[in-house]
Amino acid sequence: MTSIHLALRSVSKSFRVGARSVRAVEGISVEVAEGECLAIVGESGSGKSTLANLVLGVYAPDAGSIMLDGATLPARRSLANRRMVQLVQQNPLSSLNPKRTVGASIRLSLDVHGIGKPSSRASRIGWLLEEVGLPAEFAERSPAALSGGQRQRVAIARALACESRLVVLDEPTSSLDVIVQARILRLLKDLRAARGLTYVFITHDLAVVRNVADRVMVLKEGARVEIGETARIFTCPEHAYTRGLIAASPVIAQEEQDLRDRLRQGIG
Amino acid sequence: MRRSLAIISANPMSLTGVILIALVVVSAALADFIAPFPAHRGAVVDFANFNQPPKWPNIMGTDLVGRDLFSRILYAYRISLILGVVVLALAVPVGIVAGLAAGYIGGRTQFVLMRTTDVFLSIPPLVLAMSIMGVLEPTLANGMMAVTAMWWPWYSRLVFNITLAEKEEGYVLAAELIGASRLHIMFREILPNCLPAIITKMTLDLGFVILIASSLSFLGLGVQPPTPDLGSMVAQGASYLPDSWWLTVFPGLAILVAVFGFNLLGDALRDILGADR
Repeated sequence: MTSIHLALRSVSKSFRVGARSVRAVEGISVEVAEGECLAIVGESGSGKSTLANLVLGVYAPDAGSIMLDGATLPARRSLANRRMVQLVQQNPLSSLNPKRTVGASIRLSLDVHGIGKPSSRASRIGWLLEEVGLPAEFAERSPAALSGGQRQRVAIARALACESRLVVLDEPTSSLDVIVQARILRLLKDLRAARGLTYVFITHDLAVVRNVADRVMVLKEGARVEIGETARIFTCPEHAYTRGLIAASPVIAQEEQDLRDRLRQGIG
Repeated sequence: MRRSLAIISANPMSLTGVILIALVVVSAALADFIAPFPAHRGAVVDFANFNQPPKWPNIMGTDLVGRDLFSRILYAYRISLILGVVVLALAVPVGIVAGLAAGYIGGRTQFVLMRTTDVFLSIPPLVLAMSIMGVLEPTLANGMMAVTAMWWPWYSRLVFNITLAEKEEGYVLAAELIGASRLHIMFREILPNCLPAIITKMTLDLGFVILIASSLSFLGLGVQPPTPDLGSMVAQGASYLPDSWWLTVFPGLAILVAVFGFNLLGDALRDILGADR
C-alpha cells in the first residue's frame, strides 16, 4: 500500500477582480499517492493553474488545507517547505534567466538549500545535467545558446536539484514541437521511475495525459467534474463535460475515428 | 567583442561617437602633457597677451587675462568628466536600489519610493539644482551633489519599469519557489537584465550631465574661477561677442563635441547591448 504524498482538503481560493470576487478554485479535495502522476485537465480559466500555484505555495488557500507527507503546510512556506515541491514551467525561454548561465540557474537551488559541500556543487550540477540527458559542459552556456528542448531539460534539472519528490509540471511540453515533446515526456517518465517522483501534471493536451498520467482530474470553473483512472476517463467518461473535452481534442478524436473505420472495414 | 566592433564600424555615426569620446577622454587624461601652457589652468595673468585671436602658440586664442584657451579647455574637460562620472557613480546606485525595491516589493514600498521619485521629477532640473546651489556654497563638490539630487530619479524610473516587466518572467517565479531571498532576486536575477538599459542611459547621460553642469556654471552657480570650466568660459565670453568670438566659440564647441560624442556612443551601445535580448 503506497502512502499519500500530497493531499488537498476542500481547498478554495478566490481573487478580487475590481469590486467583485471571483472563485478560481472551489472546494477541491484530492489525494496523490507516492510516485503517482495525477493529471489536472481543463480549459483555460478552469482553475488548474490556480490549483498548481496553491500546491506550490505561490499563495495560500482561503479555506481548506494542503498536506505534504501528512503534515499541513503553513500559509507562509518555510525554506524546508519550499524544498519539498518544485515546478517545471511551460516556457523554458522565460523560466531561465537569460543573463545567467545554465550552471548558475541550477546552482541557486543547491546554494539556497545548502545541498552538498560548496566545493562539490560544480560536479553536482554536472551530474544533474547528465541525468536529464545533457553534457555537463552545458553548465557554462547561456540559455540563449540552447534549443527549446534543451532549455526544458535544464529547467527539469533545476527542479531536481532541490531533491524534491513532488514536482508540479505546468504544461511542460506545450511550447515544444511534437518530436521534442515526446523526448521530454520520455525523460519525465524515466526520472519518475528512477527517483520515485510524484507528479502533478497540469495540461490541456489530452494526448499527453493519456501518455503519462495514472489518474486524471477534470476541472471546470474551479470545481472538480470527475476524477479517475486515466484509461477509465478516456474510455467511459462519466460526465458530459469530459466527453466534450475528449471530442474536442483533435488527435484523440481522429484516433477514435480511425479505430471505428478499421472496425467497420473488419466487419465489412 | 568582434560583434561589437562590427556594429560600430558598420555605422559611421557610431564610429564618429567612439572617435570623439576617445579624443575627449585622452585630452582630459593627458592634459598635463598636451596642454602648451599647463600653468594657465590656475590664477595666472599675462596682460601683455590678453584677448588675442587664435594664432601660434595660442591656437584657440587667449582669454581676458591672457591665458591660453586651448590649455584651459583641456583642463575643463577633465573637470567635466570627473563631475559626470562622480554624479553618475552616486546617482545610478541610488536609482537602481530605489527602482528595484519599488518594482519588486511593490505595495507601500513602491508607493513611498515612486512618489518621492515623482516629486523630484516634477521639479524642473535646472531649478532644483539652482536652488540647491543657491543655498549651499557654489563649489565643485556641492555642484556634484546638486546634479546628483536631480539625476537619480531618472534611474529609479527606468529600473522600476524594467523590474515591473521582469518580475512577471518565469525565472523570478522559479527563484521564489526555490526559496531565494529578495535581495538575491533583486540584485542577482533582475538587475542583470536591467544593466544594458542602464549602461546605455549612463553613456547618454554623461553628455547631459556635462551640459547641465555647464549651464549651472554659465549661471555662476557651478565651478568657481580660477578653475577652468566650459560653462563659465562661455558665460564670460558672451559679453564680448561678436568681436572676441573665440572666447565663446571654442568652449562652446568643446561642449558640443563631448555631448554629441556621448550621444552617438550611447546609441551605439544601445545597438550592441540591446541586440541580445
